[in-house]
Amino acid sequence: MPKDHGIGASNKRREDIRFLTGTGNYTDDINIHGQAYVYFLRSDVAHGKINSIDTAAAAAMPGVVRIFTGADFEGIGGLPCGWQVTDKHGEPMKEPPHPVLAQGKVRHVGDPIAAVVADSLDQARDAAEAIELDIEELPAVVDMKAAVQEGSALVHDDIGTNLCYDWGFVEENKGAVEEAFSKAAHVTTLELRNNRLVANPMEPRVAVGDFNRASGDSTLYTTSQNPHVIRLLMGAFVLGIPEHKLRVVAPDVGGGFGTKIFHYAEEAFCTFAAKQLNRAVKWTSSRSEAFMSDAHGRDHVTKIQLALDADNNFTALRTETYANMGAYLSTFAPSVPTWLHGTLMAGNYKTPLIYVNVKAVFTNTVPVDAYRGAGRPEATFQLERVIDKAARELGVDPVELRRQNFITEFPYATPVAVEYDTGDYHATMDKLVEIADFAGFEARRKDSEAKGKLRGLGVNCYIEACGIAPSNLVGQLGARAGLYESATVRVNATGGVVVMTGSHSHGQGHETSFPQVISEMIGIPEDQVEIVHGDTARSPMGMGTYGSRSLAVGGSAMVRAAEKIINKAKKIAAHLMEASEGDIELKDGAFSVAGTDKSVAWGEVCLAAYVPHNYPLEDIEPGLEETAFYDPSNFTYPSGAYCCEVEVDPETGKVTIESFAATDDFGNIVNPMIVDGQVHGGIGQGIGQALLENCAYDENGQLLSASYMDYAMPRASDVPFYKVDHSCQTPCTHNPLGVKGCGEAGAIGSPPAVVNAVIDALHSGGHKVEHIDMPVSPSRVWAAMNG
Amino acid sequence: MAKISMKVNGRDVSGEVEGRTLLVQFLRDQLGLTGTHVGCDTSQCGACTVQVDGKQVKSCTMFAAEAEGAEVSTIEGEAAQDGTLSAIQAAFQEHHGLQCGFCTPGMVMAAKSLLEVNPKPTEAEVRHHLEGNICRCTGYHNIVKAIMAASGQDVGAIAAE
Amino acid sequence: MYAFDFEKPTSVADAVVALKDEDALALGGGQTLIPTLKQRLASPSKLVSLMGIAEMQGVSADGGTLTIGGGTKHAVVAAEAASAYPALAALAGGIGDPAVRNRGTIGGSLANNDPAACYPSAALASGATIVTDKREIAADDYFQGMFTTALDEGEIVTAVKFPIPEAANYQKFEQPASRFALVGVFVAKYADGVRVAVTGASEEGVFRWTEAEEALSGNFSPDAVAGLAASADGMITDLHGSGAYRAHLIGVLTKRAVAAAG
Repeated sequence: MPKDHGIGASNKRREDIRFLTGTGNYTDDINIHGQAYVYFLRSDVAHGKINSIDTAAAAAMPGVVRIFTGADFEGIGGLPCGWQVTDKHGEPMKEPPHPVLAQGKVRHVGDPIAAVVADSLDQARDAAEAIELDIEELPAVVDMKAAVQEGSALVHDDIGTNLCYDWGFVEENKGAVEEAFSKAAHVTTLELRNNRLVANPMEPRVAVGDFNRASGDSTLYTTSQNPHVIRLLMGAFVLGIPEHKLRVVAPDVGGGFGTKIFHYAEEAFCTFAAKQLNRAVKWTSSRSEAFMSDAHGRDHVTKIQLALDADNNFTALRTETYANMGAYLSTFAPSVPTWLHGTLMAGNYKTPLIYVNVKAVFTNTVPVDAYRGAGRPEATFQLERVIDKAARELGVDPVELRRQNFITEFPYATPVAVEYDTGDYHATMDKLVEIADFAGFEARRKDSEAKGKLRGLGVNCYIEACGIAPSNLVGQLGARAGLYESATVRVNATGGVVVMTGSHSHGQGHETSFPQVISEMIGIPEDQVEIVHGDTARSPMGMGTYGSRSLAVGGSAMVRAAEKIINKAKKIAAHLMEASEGDIELKDGAFSVAGTDKSVAWGEVCLAAYVPHNYPLEDIEPGLEETAFYDPSNFTYPSGAYCCEVEVDPETGKVTIESFAATDDFGNIVNPMIVDGQVHGGIGQGIGQALLENCAYDENGQLLSASYMDYAMPRASDVPFYKVDHSCQTPCTHNPLGVKGCGEAGAIGSPPAVVNAVIDALHSGGHKVEHIDMPVSPSRVWAAMNG
Repeated sequence: MAKISMKVNGRDVSGEVEGRTLLVQFLRDQLGLTGTHVGCDTSQCGACTVQVDGKQVKSCTMFAAEAEGAEVSTIEGEAAQDGTLSAIQAAFQEHHGLQCGFCTPGMVMAAKSLLEVNPKPTEAEVRHHLEGNICRCTGYHNIVKAIMAASGQDVGAIAAE
Repeated sequence: MYAFDFEKPTSVADAVVALKDEDALALGGGQTLIPTLKQRLASPSKLVSLMGIAEMQGVSADGGTLTIGGGTKHAVVAAEAASAYPALAALAGGIGDPAVRNRGTIGGSLANNDPAACYPSAALASGATIVTDKREIAADDYFQGMFTTALDEGEIVTAVKFPIPEAANYQKFEQPASRFALVGVFVAKYADGVRVAVTGASEEGVFRWTEAEEALSGNFSPDAVAGLAASADGMITDLHGSGAYRAHLIGVLTKRAVAAAG
């Protein structure tokens, strides 16, 4: 019998009411009396020297308030990078400046050159067209491998190279890995590209800067996954505004998927300009603008090699990856191909020796940073593709090859510096075999063949690392921020609870799931618990939502704060019942004295805390409000096994997804409905990456997929109903909820299953195709079949 | 500027618009009906979907002046006065057919238009009808399920229960 | 968008007058024009909406001819042409998405002549007649290359007359992002021969695949075109497929269209 409340209940989402009735409060819904509008004039060339910007005529246009250029930001900080990677020689990465508005050069199509503030957006855009630009176009750097050759044009002249860093992991293992390869019975090699993607949350980014001259306070309303991080980065590093004079509000946010983690120039600009002009300044991105100003994702080129012994045991793995940074370092860009990627290369397997080399490269393209999964999909894709290829070369079943090499004992310390606490990879695979009906596949294949179609089945496993932590470790790895989370639990006098969390919900449903935890702990109904998030003025310093961390880290902080509340409330209850604190039990919203029929309701204790007439004032303070900061001792390690079945039309190369099944081990689950939904969404994005999505530049750095006319977003007709199962649960051992994080799994686990299925289908038709780069579009499949 | 009048969610409204004013701008900026969203500028995402004279249209790809005299329905008009959700809205909540909520108003209006002409659509018909409505959160699973449930069909057998 | 005036006449005659102003532009459903205006790729002084002209609306079959008013929306064609010319109705029902079909018009589509639009292939394969406010133009003369037609400035497509074929079918292979035709093939069989028109593929816009027409006119069966390959010369190569791939698809889709037309 499913639970109807508390942890484990599929509570309907309370936030749905406002979203379903058109009464959400997204940033673009916010208008401040007298606001001006900004239009950014952006570079239409990938690389160029700015000889001059003449704004005189434009400034005289109707409605123009002021036009800003890079010159207005001289002496003001550039956009900071939040992670410093150290290269294999112990040197820090190259970290060129990232001005708010271009200074001296433009470095990608979309690089903002000038910002026109006017009474209306149309007037701002009219004036922007009247700005006279003299930009000398320079050769563009687009291809990563060419970018690091001698004589390449330089994205940043003053650092003398396009190589941001050359990272080896674990550098000390390199010799041993080489030796293992020299002794291998079989080596499988695969070269592939992890396609560049655009995150495309359906809500484009928006920023509204406001300034109160009377108080000197600045406020930024922004589409962010982590308003406190924006406050810190923008206040401390860009604009020099102390936190107590800067409020950042991220109200309802229409999806993030990573691209709304980062601090962007437009946020700093609107905050800055509002203060300069003493007038609110609003920017709303168009979708076309988003394609050239939102940080992109993925874009790795990798050579991976897997060594096996004569018994098909994995003996070593080595990779060489080129990772595109784009033209500037976005906030967490350097961490993605390194610490979020190299550490995942063991996957679910007990490969004893691993060496990962990553060359991060500057190019004249939009900056690349975390997108759902962030480094982990790249790791999983190459690993699960090379295993499939090895199985085919060796003539063994790809599932059995995986099983044979599964890690089975936990905790398990990988050769890439992480320790998995729990997992049961055979269990998720067993469940997958069942729900995906492997047994019936051959019959389904025959049915497809009868229709003239090739059918393939692809499988892969994945491991994820969520809730990146602890802070003291990530500090050593180069993080310039802590990775804790915070919560304040405020109990009101009449017993209602308000949780102010540093986590941010932009689709994840925290307003529904977080109260389930409090309800479980205290025994009060969920509707007596309210969640506050997304406003630096209302929540304690938090790190926000990304990396599947909210429940594992933010939820744990909430639990810790609630534990403090309960401990204090027990003291009050003990006083009220004239009992010993140690005998007090809390159950179903009432405190009782063990072994007696004495009891006092939750609400009475809360009232006593705020009306402390009968209260142990000499021992404890009145009131019932506690804050906790939770810094995890380790990552969490969700894992799973995914299966995709495809049909390939051999005449056109078109791939259709016939079925998709996913088994995930997320540890304990608070709201199964929400968890299923997170996996569905991740699979949808993973299928998008595998079959449809491709952010492409031409050799001159012009963005070819610059709108939905050319960037193929998955539609309802591109995907099937998914089978998902979360019954395999090995709880996390080091957080109080035993939860692992589920936000990114679907996007990590699905692309290799799709591509493995396509390759399987092609082989069934006699086409010896070993790899097709994503997106596996009809034209690419056809070319591979006829190549 | 020209004066336009229309009926929006059953109420007579009017306003001054430019030739270039889009219906969505009129709804959001002049009427304050911010439930209708703008998610793209190439007429593909469908976040701005409303009904004009009972037909599903993209309000970002129609001038406000073209709706002169028309009856326009937006997401704000879907629930009953007392807050009771429509069958479609209720099914979206029941089946978790939304996450971030940004595409949701357009999805609900598209679903309404489908069910008005096809009260018991198949899965394929639902998916085909949503060709012009993009969701980035849900992978469409629960949207399709919710629409089929709202049509009174049993969705208990659908995967992932 | 740049600013422009907006007019909505109720007769063709008034629309013709309204369009005489310099840089005035006709507006059909706007499903292509409005996104173009948003990108500031056009700067009309005035838009003349044709959506209020009753005489340009509707679908009617008379003898062997189906006449569709230039202002008729795709959704209306999909519904009202279904019995007289099912292949054409199916084509209309597959354009864009439901919202686009509730605004976009046949006249707008044909006047714009997007190289990947669906309607031009139907008009060309059917040997349709494009009726304007001042003349009738045979489809063979009307389409003059990508975004180029025989229309004069300010000339309005008031109706399209389709000879109803004995059998016909349209096969569209979608470009995965825009869902326009990566390649679309319309095959129409008449008593005096078969016409095959291809959209999406050529740098010259919609065109007739005469080799296939010849092969099919003698033998209207998939086998007749099974060995036939369209030339890749002049085919579009872009992010979504090479010219060779498009040329290949022409053959596949033609064969499928013939099979489906029966």
